[in-house]
This record gives sequence, C-alpha cells and structure tokens, in this order.
Amino acid sequence: MSLLLPLFAPFVTAVLCLAWWKDRRVQGWLSVLGFAFMLVLALQLLFTVRADGIQVVNAGGWDAPFGIVLAADLLSAIMLSVTALIGFTVTLYSIPAVDVKRESFGYYPLLNMLVFGVSGAFLAADIFNLYVWFEVMLMSSFVLLALGGEKRQLEGAIMYVTINFLSSAIFLAGVGILYSLTGTLNLADLALRLGDVPETGLVTLVSMFFLVSFGIKAAIFPLFFWLPASYHTPPIAVAAIFSGLLTKVGVYALLRVFTLLFVQDIPYTSTVLMILAALTMIVGVLGAAAQADFRRILSFSIVSQIGYMVLGIALFTPLAIAGTIFFLVHNMVVKTSLFLISGLVHHVKGSYKLRYIGGVYRDHFWLSMLFLVAALSLAGLPPFSGFWAKFILVKAGIEAGQFWLVLVVIASSLMTLYYLIKIWNEVFWTNEPEELNDPEPHTPGSGPLWLMVLPVVLLVGITLAIGLNAEPIFGLAQETADQLLGREEYIRAVLGR
Amino acid sequence: MGLLLALLTGILYSAAFYMMLRRSLVKLIIGLVLLGHASNMAIFTMGRLSKGNPPFIAEGATAVAEPYADPVPQALILTAIVIGFGIQAFAIVLIKRVYQETESDDLDKLQTTDDGLVRLRKAKRKKP
Repeated sequence: MSLLLPLFAPFVTAVLCLAWWKDRRVQGWLSVLGFAFMLVLALQLLFTVRADGIQVVNAGGWDAPFGIVLAADLLSAIMLSVTALIGFTVTLYSIPAVDVKRESFGYYPLLNMLVFGVSGAFLAADIFNLYVWFEVMLMSSFVLLALGGEKRQLEGAIMYVTINFLSSAIFLAGVGILYSLTGTLNLADLALRLGDVPETGLVTLVSMFFLVSFGIKAAIFPLFFWLPASYHTPPIAVAAIFSGLLTKVGVYALLRVFTLLFVQDIPYTSTVLMILAALTMIVGVLGAAAQADFRRILSFSIVSQIGYMVLGIALFTPLAIAGTIFFLVHNMVVKTSLFLISGLVHHVKGSYKLRYIGGVYRDHFWLSMLFLVAALSLAGLPPFSGFWAKFILVKAGIEAGQFWLVLVVIASSLMTLYYLIKIWNEVFWTNEPEELNDPEPHTPGSGPLWLMVLPVVLLVGITLAIGLNAEPIFGLAQETADQLLGREEYIRAVLGR
Repeated sequence: MGLLLALLTGILYSAAFYMMLRRSLVKLIIGLVLLGHASNMAIFTMGRLSKGNPPFIAEGATAVAEPYADPVPQALILTAIVIGFGIQAFAIVLIKRVYQETESDDLDKLQTTDDGLVRLRKAKRKKP
C-alpha cells in the first residue's frame, strides 16, 4: 500500500489547490508542503523496497495479469524520490519567481498534476497504463508550456504538442502490435511471453517502435530538435522542472523496456543504442557550444547528457546500468539547479543572452560559486557527482571493450567543460556591457529573494553531498542494476507467484 | 475484412503524415486528428477481427467459447480516443491563439524560437 501514498500526494495537493483557486499564496505553500510530504513518503518507500523487496498494488483488487498493476522496484522508488525533490525545490523557487498572471491561472495545480503523471509513469507495471500516465504528464506540460500566452511560448508549444502527439501515436501502434503478439499488456507477463514468441524479428521491430517513441520523449539524436526549440520559451521555473523530469521519464521508459521486455536480440538493440548514444552526446555538445543564450546552451546540454544515460543502457552490463542510474540521479539534480541559476542571473541582470550580461562574479560572488559547483559537477570534475557518474560509465565501457565509445565520452566531456567555461567567461567573469537593450521583457514575480536562492543552495548542496559521499549512492545504483538485469524478481513480484 | 481495414489504416497514416508535412497550421491539426484515428484503427485491426461473436460466457459454461471478439483492444481504443480528443481540443485552441498572436497560418513563419545563433560580441563592455 505504501507505494500509493507518494503517488497520490501531488494529486491531493492539486485538488486542494483548486479549492483555494482565488488565493495563489495558499496554493504555493500548499504545493511546497505537498511535495515535502511526497519526498518523505517516497524516501520511506525506497527504504521499504530496499528492505522488503518490490512493492505491488493490484488496482481494484483484480489479480495480475488481468487487472492494472502498480509496482515499485528500486528504480521506481529512486526516481520517485528525486522527482519529489525536484518538485519541492522548483515549487519553492516558483513562489517568488513566477508572475501573478500565471499563478492565478492555475500554475500550481498544473505543476502538481505534472509530477502526478511523472510519478505514475515510474510506478506503472502495465504498458498501456504507462501510456495513460504519459498523457497525464504531457497534458499538464502542454498547458504549463503555453501558460502566459507569450508569442514565443505559443510557437514552442505548437512544436512540442505536435512532436509529442506523434510520439504517443507511435507508442500506441507499438502497444497494439505487442498485444497482438502476446495477448497481454502487463509488463511482467509480457516479459515472460515475449520469450515464447517465435517471430523474434517482429519483436525487435516492435522494440524499435518503443525506441522511437521514448527516444522522442528523451530527446536522443535524430529526434531531439523540438527540445532546444521549446524548452527556453516558458518561465525558468517551468523550464527547470521540464529539464529535470520530462526527458528523464523517457530514459526511464527506455531503461524499463530494454531491460525487462526486449532482451531477445541484445547484440542488435545494443548496437543501435550505442550509435544513437554516441551521436546524441556529440551533436548535443556541439549544439550547446554554438549557442549564445544561457537557457539554449543548457537545453542542448540536456540532449548531450541524455546520450550518457542511453550509453549505459546500450552497454548492458550491471556496471553500465548502475552508471546510468547514478547519472540519472546526478543529472536531474544538477540540470535543475543550473536552470534555476540561469533564472537567478536573469533576475539580477535582466537577460539570458550572453552578450547582454556580465560582471556577476563581482556583484554576486556567492551566486557565481553556486554556478561553479553545479557547472563543474555537470562537466564531471572530481570530487563532484558528475565525475563519479562518468567514471562508472567509462569504466563500464572499457570493461565491455568499447574503446571508441569511451573516447566519445571523454571528448564530449571536454566539450561540456568548454561551453560551461564560455558561460563562466561571458556571464560571470567579463565586465557588464554598457547598454542593456535586450528586447525580452523582464516580468519579475513577487516574493523575497532568499526563497529563490534557497532551493538552488539545496540542490547544489545535494550534488556536493553525492560527490563527496558517492559510495552509498553507488551501492544503491548497483543493487538497482542487479534487480533490473535479474528480471525474475520483478516478474515474480508483479504476477504474485 | 482484415485486408480492407489494413489498407484503410495505411491510407489514414499516409494522409496524416502528408497533412502534417504541409506548411499550414490548420492542416497540421487535421494531420494530428487523422494520425490519432490511424493508430486506433491499427490497434483495432491487430486485435484480431471476429464477426458476430460477442465475448459473452454462455449459461453454464465457465469460459468464453472460441472464437470471440477480444474486448481489450476496444477498451484500449476507447481510452486512446478520449485522450486524443483532449489533446486535439487543446491543439485547436492553441492554433487559434497562435493565429491571433502572429496573424499567420504559415508554419515557416513560426521559427523565431530557434534562432539561437545570435552573435556573441555586439554589446560594448564597460571599462573596468
């Protein structure tokens, strides 16, 4: 039962927010409280799962594989905990940062529903249920992206809605073929029955449907162009929660289906994933290096970081999967904190474009220190969390004998350092430009500044803590990887035998 | 029957992609609607067609007699239709707002969010 509590915490908060529709302050603090609750409950779930094994709930009392099953293994519980943390910090940041117009049009209920959808996707043990949770998440994200109705936002939203609808249609077609092959939708039951399907070629074909669909959501190489075109259009709090959660749901779904369902033709799927991972890393990092807008650099950087996670799935060894999980946790925290820092810079300097800002180091020393820690962590310098994440992946790559991939990882890490130094030089190090004529309007929120700084300090502190204390997190990641690759535990728990 | 439905699905898919690749916003939405229908028809056809055999358990029996029409794909399609309807409704309101803001129906004119390659050094820096 304990797995339903963190799932329903954001849902209940959303409903309560609707009850206080007129009072946006109450909505904001209710959401903060709700996410704090969710964080505690998710961590409790993580401890329960680690101690007692996989937790399962049969919705409506129908036994698997006939009813809809929600299951929390270690991966789900970890993702749920990090999601609650991201939700908590971004909501805290939103209270002073988001403008009154957006707040009074249901910003907080939407934020809660978004996290509700994301959490549901992490817990679904039924492929069609996963689709439904995706849609809950997407519906909220569509509205959050367009909320405010600025011209740029609407343009970004058109692209985002179209590409996600396409992704959902491909997902649905894949579900249809899977059902006609096996006659079931339950993930565990599918895992068992796909082994008996005589047409392994057809199964691999279906796996490509899911690769394309989840690949669009995760923004891997040929399918990522929507991301840098839309993620920088909404207010920074929205961009931060999108960057922290949405693409990672895609990576989670890839991780789930390629460890549980599609293990019939591993050499083929692994090769495809490896090539895509390498191209994602390179193209993302080159795109980031060419940009001249704080948020667009970070958007392209999301793409290149997704490459590392897909790389772990592609290598398909316990160490590599553990690396992916470590990387997911590290990246969700760091990327959200970097987006929030870009918002803070925008707050004090009034622009995101590198050429209109400067001199932050002189005026706001501690803000630059926060950026420095987060940036070095993203680039993967020791002793920050990114170093361990990349170290594990590189080690896994060498052990698997894929030296060219290791080379790509190291080269793209260097390029990551390059674009972060570019931000450092242009935003923090140089003098402030003489004339400030950025055409973008600056719509400040209403609230104390310390509320904007606190979540960033919290996230950067967590990065530092993960980096300095990597051993227990890595231990957890390794346990999770073993659980994912030893599929029997999940299958037995979900089917209840 | 199966062949007919398969052809229909194919036509729906190709019409959807054709419409989505046009430059007009309205045609994009029509493409999205058709794409939703195409996936629903695909699930329906792949759920194995069976004419005139409702999945009722006969009196005294414990299971449905073969062959019967599988109700699961139909349940899936029902859910997908509702979700697709919601998204399409949102998309239509969205293009109305986009048209109000830009006064244009041309997708090629909606690329301003992708112009990130502005020159880095134009603003003059203050002397320290």
